[in-house]
Amino acid sequence: MCAYSIGMIRYYNILREKVQKDRGTAIVFLSIVILLLDLVFRLIIGKNESQVVATYLWDGLVVGLAIGLAGVGLSLTYSILKFANFAHGDMITAGGFSGWVAVFAVAGVGKFDMKNLLLVGAGKPINVTELGISVSTTPVIILFGLVAAIVGTILLTLFIDRFVFRPMRHHNDGITLLIASIGIALALRYGLAFVFKTQNRGLTAASLTASYSVPVGTGSVQIDLGEITLVLVAIALMVSVHVFLQYSTLGKAMRAMADNRDLALITGIPTEKVVRATWIIGGALTGAAGFLITLERGTISFQFGWILLLFIFAAVIIGGIGSVYGAIAGGLVIGLTSTISLIWIPADLANVAVFSVMILVLLYKPEGLFKGVTTA
Amino acid sequence: MKFDIEMLLKNDVRIVVSTFVGISFLFIIVAMILGLDFNGTVNTIQRIMFLSAVYAMVVLALNLQWGYAGIFNIGVAGFMLSGVYTMAIITGDPNGLIPGLGLPLPIGIVGGVLVSGLLGLLISIPTLKLKADYLAIVTIGFAEIIRYTANALTFKTFSIAGVEMGTGAGRGIHLPMNPIRGLYYIDPSNMGLGKTIVGEYIFGFFEIVQVQSSVVVSWTYAIVLIFIVGLFYVVTYRIGNSPFGRVLKAIREDELVANALGKNTDIYKMKVFAIGCGLMGLAGILWQGSYGYTNPTTFQPILTFYIFIALIIGGSGSNTGSVIGGVVFASLLFEGPNFVRRVIMHVFKFDKAPNSIIEAMIPISSLDFEPFISYSLANISSLRVVFLGLVLVYIIQNRPDGLLGDRKELAASIDISRRPVTETREGKEA
Repeated sequence: MCAYSIGMIRYYNILREKVQKDRGTAIVFLSIVILLLDLVFRLIIGKNESQVVATYLWDGLVVGLAIGLAGVGLSLTYSILKFANFAHGDMITAGGFSGWVAVFAVAGVGKFDMKNLLLVGAGKPINVTELGISVSTTPVIILFGLVAAIVGTILLTLFIDRFVFRPMRHHNDGITLLIASIGIALALRYGLAFVFKTQNRGLTAASLTASYSVPVGTGSVQIDLGEITLVLVAIALMVSVHVFLQYSTLGKAMRAMADNRDLALITGIPTEKVVRATWIIGGALTGAAGFLITLERGTISFQFGWILLLFIFAAVIIGGIGSVYGAIAGGLVIGLTSTISLIWIPADLANVAVFSVMILVLLYKPEGLFKGVTTA
Repeated sequence: MKFDIEMLLKNDVRIVVSTFVGISFLFIIVAMILGLDFNGTVNTIQRIMFLSAVYAMVVLALNLQWGYAGIFNIGVAGFMLSGVYTMAIITGDPNGLIPGLGLPLPIGIVGGVLVSGLLGLLISIPTLKLKADYLAIVTIGFAEIIRYTANALTFKTFSIAGVEMGTGAGRGIHLPMNPIRGLYYIDPSNMGLGKTIVGEYIFGFFEIVQVQSSVVVSWTYAIVLIFIVGLFYVVTYRIGNSPFGRVLKAIREDELVANALGKNTDIYKMKVFAIGCGLMGLAGILWQGSYGYTNPTTFQPILTFYIFIALIIGGSGSNTGSVIGGVVFASLLFEGPNFVRRVIMHVFKFDKAPNSIIEAMIPISSLDFEPFISYSLANISSLRVVFLGLVLVYIIQNRPDGLLGDRKELAASIDISRRPVTETREGKEA
């Protein structure tokens, strides 16, 4: 009995020491536990149906993986080039548009006016049901669109790097580059608006996309093939980026540059080549994210990437800059916060909750959840 | 030394005045080409002056933070919103559709400034130790939290301690009547009740030259705003050249050194955050206050970027540069493209613009540029922002100090790089 209580006291002391050292984490942890207990309680007394909670979970997972995938590219450039790229959101939009230009041109050739197809229906709205694109019925065209989005975004990022960032390589402070990236963001977003016009438009035929209902509790959750594609491709891309960074020579060079640029330079790593490789890989992931997000949503507008950008920053920061798994984890935190929080707060405050979580993490754990991991 | 400052001030005043005069002159020419009558010309100049004054004010406030102290606050729009909304809620009619507190306007303005300043203080305390790019993301996130909150249906009407008030959500909120009208009308909210003596005389005078009374009222407000820009200038100038301002500049150059020299840099940063954000709130009130109505969409992050572009064009660190940047941005870069479109449309009389860019580009192959130009003019609002972005990239690459960047600071209280000419036995010596 006595030994038991001494053990308890010792354990209590260790816990107290830890809490005192890291009070912020403790508070965050405690509030999450309280919210989870409340959620379980609500489920038991039947205030919320399990079906609703399951739908929130699945939606949060899809949104989270999309943000995570978009975040991996941002995280790479942030850790290796040492600046917050505010043009990332608009690069996502550009990727989405380049993919859909290819898809529309291939799917609608002969049926619609080619000039209009190349502008994703900017001149005259295109009836998407008549065009008939969906993951279920035209998977090959979708795959082609994905490749086009990746290639288009890589070319764009290389172009921007060549004319904007490369002349500024000697700047050591991130703020100068950040301001330049704001300029690119404005030019890119409204350049896209100039070409593709500003209206929101449909892309896929929702009626053709296969949808499955998974029974949960008394009800069921609707899962469609667009969402499944996004989840699977996102996971596959993230795993391959991890393998690439961990085992290939180029990946190791990139991690070395992220850790210490000067040291990388004197050990003979061709930094300029590594920078280009970073833009290529980052651009590829960005383009893929832009295409997959618009595929899942079924609509595109000229500023969808910009609107996502702050959420992506939030994800990358929460996960820890430079960490691939961190970006995914951060994305999931953001995605799940934006949906699960709806249990407690009204829908129009979900974004407030997301940004508050981001600010809290920045204040109490500025190194992110995956502390100490750089580019892995 | 005092003499030197006066010289500098005179010189700077000359730069500012000649910019204002030059731009007015430019727009008079534009108005003449467009064939506007006298009333239209006067009104055009008024709009340009009003917007220039508003931008000059916000840029001066931002210069205090970014130019002097090097604090990268990109939540400007949010702090402007909080000022305007607080003012609206304090002065709103208690029995209106969106109830307010029904207090007089001066209390509303002071309250708005205080709330913006307090919000700035609130966000500054936990962010003192953050790196500049993290600070940027926190401030823009904070501004978006403010905007989403003002936009949320939840707060359309709410009550604190039994007192009903509200933000009006996405539909926006009514702002009190511009008190300038009280100068001309007996009852500012009802023109039908007649004019004051001042109103009779001034309107009567301007009727002779055919300027409408509404234009006279807006001009009066624009003149008041230009006067307030002067006050902003004096305040920020005095702050910048005080011991307080010198510590701010030291923080900008090297916070560690400033700290090592015994200055509590945290306190200084908190103060400048609060002062700057309070001034941003005031600028927001003076800007939106004249419209009688505002909504959250006005305060999107792009507004912050516009203000930053204006500051960077003028030259961060320089108050005169801030005013020039604000004026040049508002008149030439922001309003300018619209006038370019109107002038070209007026002179050349194009056909209807093509529906899409490809239709506009195809005729270029036969050297027919007209469809492309008319498409560009029809979409000039997009093209304008593209241009702004490219200008920002160009400046940051080639002229990071802007037009009047002022980053060289004197270490001594006497300028020893420019020695006064002294008479010696051998003759003149520099």
